Amino acid sequence: MSVTQSRGTASGYEVVHRSREFRTLRRRFASVVVPVTVLFIGWYFLYVLVAVFAPGFMRTSVVGAVNVGLCFGVLEFVSTFAIALGYNRWARRRLDPLAGRLRERLDAGRGR
Amino acid sequence: MTGLAARGVLAAEVIGKPAINLVIFAFFVLVTLVIALRAAGKNRTTTDYYAGGRAFTGPQNGIAIGGDYLSAASFLGIAGAIALEGYDGFLYSIGFLVSWLVVLLLVAGPLRNTGRYTTGDVLDLRLHAVPVRAAAAVSALTISLFYLLAQMAGAGALVSLLLGVNSTRGQDITIAAVGLLMIFYVLVGGMKGTTWVQIVKAILLAIGAALITAWVLDRAGFSLSALLHDAAASSPAGNAVLGPGLEYGVSTAAKFNFISLALALILGTAGLPHVLMRLYTVPDAQEARRSIVWTVWLVGLFYLSTLVLGFGAMWLVGARQIEAAPGKADSAVPLLAFKLGGTLLLATVAAVAFATILAVVAGLTITASASFAHDVFASVMRRGEAGPREEVRVARITAVVIGILAVVGGMYAKNLDVAFLVALAFAVAASANLPSIIYSLFWPRFTARGALWSIYGGLIISVGLIVFSPVVSGQVDPATGASLSLIADTHINFAFFPLDNPGIVSIPLAFFLGWLGSVTDRQPSDPARFARIQVRALTGVGAERGSHG
Repeated sequence: MSVTQSRGTASGYEVVHRSREFRTLRRRFASVVVPVTVLFIGWYFLYVLVAVFAPGFMRTSVVGAVNVGLCFGVLEFVSTFAIALGYNRWARRRLDPLAGRLRERLDAGRGR
Repeated sequence: MTGLAARGVLAAEVIGKPAINLVIFAFFVLVTLVIALRAAGKNRTTTDYYAGGRAFTGPQNGIAIGGDYLSAASFLGIAGAIALEGYDGFLYSIGFLVSWLVVLLLVAGPLRNTGRYTTGDVLDLRLHAVPVRAAAAVSALTISLFYLLAQMAGAGALVSLLLGVNSTRGQDITIAAVGLLMIFYVLVGGMKGTTWVQIVKAILLAIGAALITAWVLDRAGFSLSALLHDAAASSPAGNAVLGPGLEYGVSTAAKFNFISLALALILGTAGLPHVLMRLYTVPDAQEARRSIVWTVWLVGLFYLSTLVLGFGAMWLVGARQIEAAPGKADSAVPLLAFKLGGTLLLATVAAVAFATILAVVAGLTITASASFAHDVFASVMRRGEAGPREEVRVARITAVVIGILAVVGGMYAKNLDVAFLVALAFAVAASANLPSIIYSLFWPRFTARGALWSIYGGLIISVGLIVFSPVVSGQVDPATGASLSLIADTHINFAFFPLDNPGIVSIPLAFFLGWLGSVTDRQPSDPARFARIQVRALTGVGAERGSHG
């Protein structure tokens, strides 16, 4: 059974919430998610702002009809693929084992 | 607007042979119906009906999410925008793609761990307030209905292009047929049947796009530079199509409009109810994350191919023929398919697009019916006393009602621009849904009042600004004097908000309202509830697991 039905057992969660292991998990999560989110949103808006305010630069030719704008756009695709793959791999290695240990302990602690 | 052109200008011109188109359409519909029937299973419990028993794997669900996302509006719309406006159409697709990183990093795992079927569950776990759950349902229903109307309008335009149905009555019958089929999928298939239809459709769409892309590249001697050069040479705008600014660079308002749209696109996906609901069809958070990685690949590769499709259509079909066709930009890809592969390829592409509309509307209907049955009926009206059987029965009835609403609405909305309705849904999703999700999971001081302020505030501000924007009234084509707004009478002008897209104002305001409502709340936030949702979000303890989990 899930705990969705059993309300009012939050105090157990508060103990875990304060535990060192959970704080490690949360710090690890934030230490990657926050900077990466700032980075990819900033990188995307850099692209948008350059496209809107410096269209001449985007038209600079790189090879033949392929210009800076196209390369910049394709780089946005490449960075998105890389971040998605990289984050998932990192989360599997660095978050999931720690989360799994905490989950097992909590499940055992609930005595069911 | 799309439908107007379809109705008036070119009543006689139908590309391909309507009879062959119709046969291939019917074949595709039949195949998807068989899939839905065979995959359906029993659908007796809420978990079966809403979440397909939580038994899908990450890759399966990722492809289905991609299928949901690559609606006819993006399949036909983005390639068409590139064909007419060049680079600016490409700009669009990048925002749609990057937004998946917001879903992957901030939302996918935590949301899967803390909800059962809807975001209302997540807000309830954190705030445990009935009005908040009702608010979450109201915003989910609003967003889904806008999205549904967009798809219905798209169906009308597509069919008028391919079957030669140009009369208003003929289009209404088409929209009604789409509605009936969609109700059938949802009632019979539930989430499981609908998901399998979505998977099959997404794979067909990917194959189709890859095939035409390869064909265009072959014509261009596998040189991207040559393709771009020839496309620009055949465009009336010339080399301007190869860089940004053709649509969004004209005036300062246009520039800020694009920035506003960009913000709505990148934050909107993580608030779309029909995308978020799919996170619950997999056994656990790890699979939810894996689904999104698959979605990123599918959507990204697809958008890269639309670059070739769009410039290919610009080169081989030409802007003049696209502008003249019913459906305008939306007809670029079908016309390109006709140019390359004749009637058979055209009909196949069109049938895939039609199947896309069917599958997407079915997914939206399930989401909307879950919002009502699970959040409004079971939790608000019955205070959690309703049994799962009864809830599923209500969900089915709701699906029928929503189907009828969508049909009637679609008949009125068929003259609206599809891309506009979709952009609207994104702006509303980013304003009304996302702030309360993020605050619930990550901000200790969030309260029920903050949630209500951000949900209703975001909803009212985003919809309100659209009503008072040039999209609805007061935009006049300087050359012809015709109205470019929804209201055709050019004397009516109540637009005071200068931008088409409200995102740049409504999204920050909704976040601000969520903060303000919380810090001024006399009833402080419950630290125990915050501890519980964070522990559950990050560890997955107490999450409902799938049958294979």
